[in-house]
Amino acid sequence: MNKTWLIIKREYITRVRNKTFLLSTFLLPLMFVLFIAGSIFLSAKSEEGRKRIAFSDTSEIFKPLIKNDSAKLVFVFDKDADTSNYTKKGFDGFIYLDDSANHHYVLRTPKAASMGTIGSIENKLNEAYQNYQLQQSGISKAHLDSIKKASTGFFSLDNKGDDARIVNAGVNYAVGFGSGILIYITMFVFGAMVMRGVMEEKTNRIAEVMVSSVKPFQLMLGKILGIGAVGLTQLLLWIILMSVLSLAAGAFLPDDVMSQVQQIQNNPAVANNNAAQFNEAAKFLANVSSLNWPLIIACFVFYFVGGYLFYSSLFAAVGSVVNEDPQEAQSLMLPIMMPIIFGFIILSSNLNSPDNDAMFWGSMIPFTSPIVMMGRIATSPPWWQLALSMALLIGGFLCTTWMAGKIYRTGILMYGKKATWKEMLKWTFRK
Amino acid sequence: MNILELQNLKKYFATQKAVDDISFNIAQGDIFGLLGPNGAGKTTLLRMITGIFYPDSGQVIFNGRKFDPVNDTAYIGYMPEERGLYKKMKIGEQAVYLAQLKGLSKAEAMDKIKAWFVKFEMESWWNKKVEDLSKGMSQKLQFVTTVLHEPSLIILDEPFSGLDPVNANLIKDEIFNLAKKGSTIIFSTHRMEQVEEICNHIVLVNKGKKILDDTVKNVKNEFKENIYRVGATVLPDAVMSPAFEVIKHQPEELLIKLSPGTKTNDVLQYFIAKNIPVHAFNEVLPSLNEIFIKLVEGTKTARQFQTIN
Repeated sequence: MNKTWLIIKREYITRVRNKTFLLSTFLLPLMFVLFIAGSIFLSAKSEEGRKRIAFSDTSEIFKPLIKNDSAKLVFVFDKDADTSNYTKKGFDGFIYLDDSANHHYVLRTPKAASMGTIGSIENKLNEAYQNYQLQQSGISKAHLDSIKKASTGFFSLDNKGDDARIVNAGVNYAVGFGSGILIYITMFVFGAMVMRGVMEEKTNRIAEVMVSSVKPFQLMLGKILGIGAVGLTQLLLWIILMSVLSLAAGAFLPDDVMSQVQQIQNNPAVANNNAAQFNEAAKFLANVSSLNWPLIIACFVFYFVGGYLFYSSLFAAVGSVVNEDPQEAQSLMLPIMMPIIFGFIILSSNLNSPDNDAMFWGSMIPFTSPIVMMGRIATSPPWWQLALSMALLIGGFLCTTWMAGKIYRTGILMYGKKATWKEMLKWTFRK
Repeated sequence: MNILELQNLKKYFATQKAVDDISFNIAQGDIFGLLGPNGAGKTTLLRMITGIFYPDSGQVIFNGRKFDPVNDTAYIGYMPEERGLYKKMKIGEQAVYLAQLKGLSKAEAMDKIKAWFVKFEMESWWNKKVEDLSKGMSQKLQFVTTVLHEPSLIILDEPFSGLDPVNANLIKDEIFNLAKKGSTIIFSTHRMEQVEEICNHIVLVNKGKKILDDTVKNVKNEFKENIYRVGATVLPDAVMSPAFEVIKHQPEELLIKLSPGTKTNDVLQYFIAKNIPVHAFNEVLPSLNEIFIKLVEGTKTARQFQTIN
């Protein structure tokens, strides 16, 4: 055990001190935040300024009903404006009826208008027309709004399974998808890291020296754990750095940009359904807080670590049988990557029904359970299923580690020739 | 006392009997030469001795007990032919790491490495990376890491390849030093002149079988062909005798092969009788190189693949 510890320490320290590690750890979040901040900044800048739109309203419906309450749009009903002179009159656009049978209007602008502008003009027109229709039927807008307000969220519906637990479909979706995708990505990234790490002994031709001092299994385990620790460190640093940097970026963005961003977020189309949405959000938040968070976090950590151990030993086995050429690794990696991808497909296509057969089996079989079980965890699956899935995963990674150890022992000393799956299988069952 | 006893070791691979029933003993303090042509099974044999491979059958007795790879590796230093070090690691740290894996504490390792680095004039290397070293330099470093933990059995596979004569001598002197201090050294090579110079006991393997096992002196005597060098100035036709046959004639010396039953003094008497002044007379023993070639010749140079059940 002492030797394994030495190996873990070396793997960790040499990697963490590596320039590539430092660069990727510190530059990636910075770039990420800069990218986000930059795109927000640009989109806010592009929407700058209030647009004056000339409206040739031949129907006379819109003039009394259109609300000039937007910060970005002003409608001016100018009977003299036409397509040839609207720019001279200082307008940014001109709207006229093009085809009265189809209620088709045309917006003329010197340059193509943004989707946002077109959308908000369209909304304004439709809103005004809705009000017009209501007035025609003798209902005032205010009256309708009060009815809407009173009726939305009046009834609420919860889904209870036969075992009387509440199924929070939306929350489950978010928790399952979020953690599933995180495990999925890290498994790929860490797996590839382990594979390259294992090839290190071979490319440096130090494998024989190493296995004359330590058991190959200790070496493999040390590498897997050491690299896993590096990955975790990087993940944690990313999370910390990104949150710190986003806060910092928020503070640095000019105030007017921030207020515009808020305006974009409260765009009028959404505002219409605000009440309903608010209600949905409240329900969602209530569901979120009703979740068994300690269980979810514990399970996430368990499946994250379990999935890593399960797959990284397989990746280590592959890394030990290929030579310096990374091309060779591709063909051997594919069969290992398939179940991970498959697990993710199960998760993403069945998240809406977390208790169906595909999800059940997917969450039991250790090849897919780290990803799929996270898609069920928020619906509190029966304890026996959780326990069985965990037991199978533990058994699974003990099994893959044992198998990989066998392959690794032979593979690490082989040069020049890439092993086939058949040969690897033979090594596994050799005493 | 034998530090190492190999008893009927066998190791078969899918298509080759790499080691096929080999037994020999190595005495404590020996400098032992393991010889053989390419593909004879030397590396496989060494890997079984170092615990990298498990023999299919037979056993390895180390220090009088059955070899236990987990604990006994601390007493073995192995420098494989396929050598290398972590290229991106600093040299000092790497040496400490490898020593720690052999069971040394960090402080012990530091002291010993510093002493060796001084001895080999490598002090300035500590913070350099292995990738900055030349082949010969990394070879020296490799040797240091192999013997650092003062193993009682040191196994060196082609230790001088890639070294210039000065550095080769440096290593050679250290090998003698280590042997004097009681370490046993197994030396695997096909450079016969080095074996002759360094080893006292050799085993020759070919095609997975042992074909020779003796001290260098005995081997040479066993394969001698009664050839003597006579230092004398004489014309080619002037010496003719049933007692010997002239193999090679040079202005100042003759190479003669004694006929069976002839004694050296008979030859000398012949020269005295002829009144030819002899200023040198000595036996020419075959070099290990010649013995090696003689023994291995005739067998197929490349190992053939075969099916093994």
